[in-house]
Amino acid sequence: MTTTVQNVEGYLENFAEFAKRASGHNLPWLRKLREDAFARFCETGFPTTHDEDWRFTNIAAITRTEFSLLQGTASLPAKSDLKQWNLDSAAAQLVFVDGQFVSNLSSTDSVPPGVTISNLREAITKDSKAVEEHFGRYLNFHRDPFCALNTAFAEDGAFVRIGRGISLEKPIHLLFVATEREAATMTHPRNLLLVEREAEATFLEEYVSLGGGACLSNSATELVALENSTVSHYMIEREHTEAFNVSTLRIQQERSSNVASHSVLLGGGLVRNNVHPVLAGEGGECLINGLFVGNGRQHLDNYMYVEHASPHSSSRQFYNGILDGHAHGVFHGRIVVHKNAQKTDAKQTNRNLLLSDDAQIDTKPQLEIYADDVKCTHGATIGQIEENALFYLRSRGIDEILARRLLLSAFANECLERMHHGAARNYVERMIAAYLLHNAQFLAAQPSPDADQIERHLEEVG
Amino acid sequence: MSLLEIRNLHVSVDGHEILKGINLAVNAGEVHSIMGPNGSGKSTLAQVLSRRDMYRVTSGEIRFNGKDLLAMKPEEAAAEGVFMAFQYPVEIPGISNTYFLRSALNAIRKYRGEEEIDAMDFLPVFREKLKLLEMDERLMNRSVNEGFSGGEKKRNEILQMAILDPKLAILDETDSGLDIDALRIVAQGVNAMRSPDRAMLVVTHYQRLLNYIVPDFVHVLVDGRIMRSGGPQLALELEAKGYASMEAEARQTVPASA
Ligand SMILES: Nc1ncnc2c1ncn2[C@@H]1O[C@H](COP(=O)(O)OP(=O)(O)OP(=O)(O)O)[C@@H](O)[C@H]1O
Ligand SMILES: [Mg+2]
Repeated sequence: MTTTVQNVEGYLENFAEFAKRASGHNLPWLRKLREDAFARFCETGFPTTHDEDWRFTNIAAITRTEFSLLQGTASLPAKSDLKQWNLDSAAAQLVFVDGQFVSNLSSTDSVPPGVTISNLREAITKDSKAVEEHFGRYLNFHRDPFCALNTAFAEDGAFVRIGRGISLEKPIHLLFVATEREAATMTHPRNLLLVEREAEATFLEEYVSLGGGACLSNSATELVALENSTVSHYMIEREHTEAFNVSTLRIQQERSSNVASHSVLLGGGLVRNNVHPVLAGEGGECLINGLFVGNGRQHLDNYMYVEHASPHSSSRQFYNGILDGHAHGVFHGRIVVHKNAQKTDAKQTNRNLLLSDDAQIDTKPQLEIYADDVKCTHGATIGQIEENALFYLRSRGIDEILARRLLLSAFANECLERMHHGAARNYVERMIAAYLLHNAQFLAAQPSPDADQIERHLEEVG
Repeated sequence: MSLLEIRNLHVSVDGHEILKGINLAVNAGEVHSIMGPNGSGKSTLAQVLSRRDMYRVTSGEIRFNGKDLLAMKPEEAAAEGVFMAFQYPVEIPGISNTYFLRSALNAIRKYRGEEEIDAMDFLPVFREKLKLLEMDERLMNRSVNEGFSGGEKKRNEILQMAILDPKLAILDETDSGLDIDALRIVAQGVNAMRSPDRAMLVVTHYQRLLNYIVPDFVHVLVDGRIMRSGGPQLALELEAKGYASMEAEARQTVPASA
């Protein structure tokens, strides 16, 4: 615990300085929220592996690094540097460089009427009432020190409102770029995404880096789906492997809303992906879909916390992991069914491929059911590339590398299949195909004679 | 020289010797049938020919088209013209049949220094073979063998064979589990492929298939050895008498084998 205490001091300095100058520091409600959140963080410190929710993820590398908060953007990347992350036919692209919104790298030209797209810093000054109405109402910073830290340092991020009945087919792309800096830097992006009644929207939240260097991105997104709305949210992590990325997606679902959360983790050194939907209204449906692919020493932790708080709601969790080298994956799937949430239908599946002897996966379902008339199932598999399938392809003339790539693509495609057709899915599809093509280490022969015997299958019905 | 020459082939799996000295020569244009009781090593022979590496060759040699087959990887053997229809075809979720077939065909063409074939040129060839095997084109958009009936899987094997056009076709119990109609369709597909340039090795338990695909030679494999070889009438003889006498004979010859 001593390291934690030591580090909190560093954050103290940063916070004292931040609280004075940050936008909205003169708004009493926001100032109080930041201070309360920071006090909470000081009280708990960073989590350790003794915390049940962090059992499989050691964040010592984060706690012992001294991160500093950036002020101003010293050198901005050129528009051409960002071209590689262009999402064709996006309704808008908001670009954040080292946590701060950069308007002349962003484009919001094709935003239809009824849709408000801006950044939080601006919204705080220009429309603080609208921010106050939702900001911090859903994300409970008492649950997680990283959320407390985010709330304490929250200043910029996306602020989007999709007006009632508006169906926005094109995705909104939120691009967070970490640039190379001399010192280790931290950012705390905070997004507020509101989708009003009967509206439809797609958000693509993406983390990338230009150059290397240690950095921490600790983001939090509050996504509010009002009655009968339909929302897709994509979380894409493809920073370099020195990056630490902790993200929390808190979804608030009202009556008969339909939300799909898709996570694609390909990059980052130490990644924690929290997805926390609350099915607050009756008849809500939530799909929680994900793919995580790691190699080298990457650590990719997926923490799902699905709360059924109303009757007749359904949730579907599907996460596929591919791990090579010394990579370590975690899938922690917690489902909580509240007492009144009768007729809940919750399903969870986690499938993993381990491509090397040193790769590791920890998969843990956790069901807490307080209602008596519910259907909850969960299952997890851990296996290798199937020797039978590999031989079948090779016996037809397909060489080993291509055969492996086809089998891995097929496995990854299970996640793609769950995404709606459209620009966002195409973008992700190309990204995954390119990744598999360029990461030859996945495709090297793995002499695992009894690969199939190691396959483990757990299926329980609770 | 024969297209396929197997000399004194010994093969082990997990330390157990399964093939105990096989000698066999197959010429282009010939159809040979390999019959034998359960566990006698028929599939082992088929899998070794298609170069599955879990089968360890402890001695002997195989020449295929003048080349050392045992030095080849499965994909090389396939590109050189070896094709095995699996006794148990594998289901591969997430890869469509059409895509798989075209990838396989193009891999083989590439190996042979031929140009890749695009989806447009592939389609007419593909449709013609589908028709021959009375297969529904819609099946082809589904994942490889996934959710196929037993008969559909076997027909799919023959379809692949028809498209890949091998020099040596090995059918491992393609007849088992087929009803008479499916058997007729499969046999028709195979017979359409008989040609002076191609050899076939038809592995089966039952004489029934050989009414449709009439072999030039029949070999009886018992306990890892070829106990008898003969013409098509040998299959009829076996049907009448069973393998019992040959199995007894095999037990007696054990000490004498090298
Ligand atoms: N992968 C393996 N591991 C262990 N033993 C094996 C393996 N494959 C085959 N065998 C053994 O080798 C022997 C021959 O098997 P093979 O499958 O070649 O027989 P077969 O003649 O094809 O039989 P069937 O008519 O039942 O298909 C059997 O005793 C079988 O149990
Ligand atoms: Mg067999």
